[in-house]
Amino acid sequence: MSENTMMLITGNDLLTGAVIWWTGSDWSVHIEDAIDAGDAAESIAAEQEAARKVNVPYLVESTMQDGVPRPNHIKDRVRALGPTVRPDLTIKPDTAANAIREIV
Amino acid sequence: MYLYDQYDQAMVDARVAEFRDQCQRRIDGKLTEDQFKPLRLMNGLYLQLHAYMLRVAVPYGTLKSTQMHALADIADKYDRGYGHFTTRQNIQYNWIKLEDAGDILADLAKVEMHAIQTSGNCIRNISSDHFAGAAADEVADPRPYAELLRQWSSFHPEFSYLPRKFKICVIASDRDRAAMKLHDIGIQIVRNDAGELGAAFYVGGGMGRTPMIAPLIRDFVPLDQLITYAEACLRVYNRYGRRDNKYKARIKILVHELGAAEYTRQVEEEFAHLLDQGVEPPFAELKRIRTFFEDPAFAQSSAAEIDRSDPDFALWVDRNTHPHKVEGYTSAVISLKPVGGIPGDASAEQMHLMADLAKDYSFDELRVMHTQNIVLPHVAKSDLHALWTALEDAGLGSPNLDTVEDIIACPGLDYCSLANARSIPVAQKISERFAATGKTAALGELKLKISGCINACGHHHAGHIGILGVDRKGVENYQLLLGGSEAEDTALAKITGPGFSEDGIVDAVEKAADVYLSAREDGERFLDTYRRIGMAPFKEALYG
Ligand code: SF4
Repeated sequence: MSENTMMLITGNDLLTGAVIWWTGSDWSVHIEDAIDAGDAAESIAAEQEAARKVNVPYLVESTMQDGVPRPNHIKDRVRALGPTVRPDLTIKPDTAANAIREIV
Repeated sequence: MYLYDQYDQAMVDARVAEFRDQCQRRIDGKLTEDQFKPLRLMNGLYLQLHAYMLRVAVPYGTLKSTQMHALADIADKYDRGYGHFTTRQNIQYNWIKLEDAGDILADLAKVEMHAIQTSGNCIRNISSDHFAGAAADEVADPRPYAELLRQWSSFHPEFSYLPRKFKICVIASDRDRAAMKLHDIGIQIVRNDAGELGAAFYVGGGMGRTPMIAPLIRDFVPLDQLITYAEACLRVYNRYGRRDNKYKARIKILVHELGAAEYTRQVEEEFAHLLDQGVEPPFAELKRIRTFFEDPAFAQSSAAEIDRSDPDFALWVDRNTHPHKVEGYTSAVISLKPVGGIPGDASAEQMHLMADLAKDYSFDELRVMHTQNIVLPHVAKSDLHALWTALEDAGLGSPNLDTVEDIIACPGLDYCSLANARSIPVAQKISERFAATGKTAALGELKLKISGCINACGHHHAGHIGILGVDRKGVENYQLLLGGSEAEDTALAKITGPGFSEDGIVDAVEKAADVYLSAREDGERFLDTYRRIGMAPFKEALYG
């Protein structure tokens, strides 16, 4: 893994289903808040799932780009933003057009 | 339209209470996700890419206005103001909260709807011809038989844990408008030489990763043995269908591996055994169901001539209406495929409008098409212009049924957690491209279908032109297929060759369309030309 590679933890909020990212102490809907959970990722995911803080967590390999983690797989990039065909329904509607260009 | 009796309502109400409790137990931590997942799937609740998704059953695609209003209200109250009509004639909501699921099901139950058996390895929502009960060419209305099958298959204890999901379709005309032969069981209601109605059974069709066309296994089952024969088909499958390999578990694999003749022999043996077991509901029940599907009070002398002086209206009439069995009436299709739009999506506002228009102009009835459009089945020709004007004003008047702009597209990677690639943006770009070049009219009937993965929810195998999204080393890539059909001349499309990028596939579709335009002979559709000239000229244009 290169220096830039990060291991993020993601999952869905149990109640709302929203896509969430592990921030080191809590969960955020914004991928910019995500931290590299490194080798502890799996145990954190299991612990948080057991505490019902996250539903169906899994690990996402990502690369830091311009200060923001960029998941290596397009599926997680779409998850991080929202549907590319409905910018108005994305996490950040104001900047969605640029973000959509970025993720695909 | 069928109305719930006390049994239907009691079953649905009991399920709402049960699922509300299950959701609460999940929220309280008394159920793990592994325990909860099969329970939520039994109620149509998936966890998708961005949120929970709820799939609501629309039995054989038939809705009344109050139900469409209720679907719109759910979109507004619990979702983000829209819904997505699917290739199974259902509706899906993309932004559902677990804590709302019980309330949503309760709201649905109030209008005799539910999400039961819209997922899982059970008999799914029965699909049918969207012009059922209206089409001039049907031998009978197929919906009473679909309803009987719905009642038989709902909570059927023996078929709740089949090897894999199971889809049944019922039609009643030689024209197939419902992809009948691409279902696990396709039933065609037919009339024999003696003038009696019966059912032809086609078993073992399907799309997905191993597409197959269902062979005919019995050309005439008397209607008072319909359920018994269906039960025999399912029993043989339930007994011998593979449970060890999910990819080989559909009935099409069993029929293929046994051979249609041997599968049929086993079904006939089981059928003979079942005949005196009392499986068949009393014929009186079918008669009772039929009373719900009697014709509405059509006007005796509705004007048969349409004023075609407005060319835009005339174009919409030519493209978006279908011959009705009653003089003076027609079935009108509301296209959910505006140029550059998202196929099958409708806002709550649009749903309310369609419900109101159905009330005003179509005896309160609507149909969901598997091609992700909506039908008003019984419109007096004298009302057509007023209907069209209202649709035009709301942006729902696209005159593009069965054209290259009328694309089927699954949710793809924009919403679906199983997807390899996005489907919707490709559909948007293709419809924009053809609208801009003005070729849509010249191309005539051209059915284009896009799936975001091999599961084929977008029916790409059955497209005159099909597109399949694949994942090539983390990058979206699109395979092009040609020559499929889901009509009575059912055929499976063939892959042209190496795949294309997102922009490349749009160019490729245009090149394929251009080959047709230059090679076609009088009256040929794209599919006819492809069948006559074969794949080679298309390959040459695409890769030469
Ligand atoms: S075809 Fe694949 S991507 Fe499309 S909806 Fe079905 S499972 Fe999802």
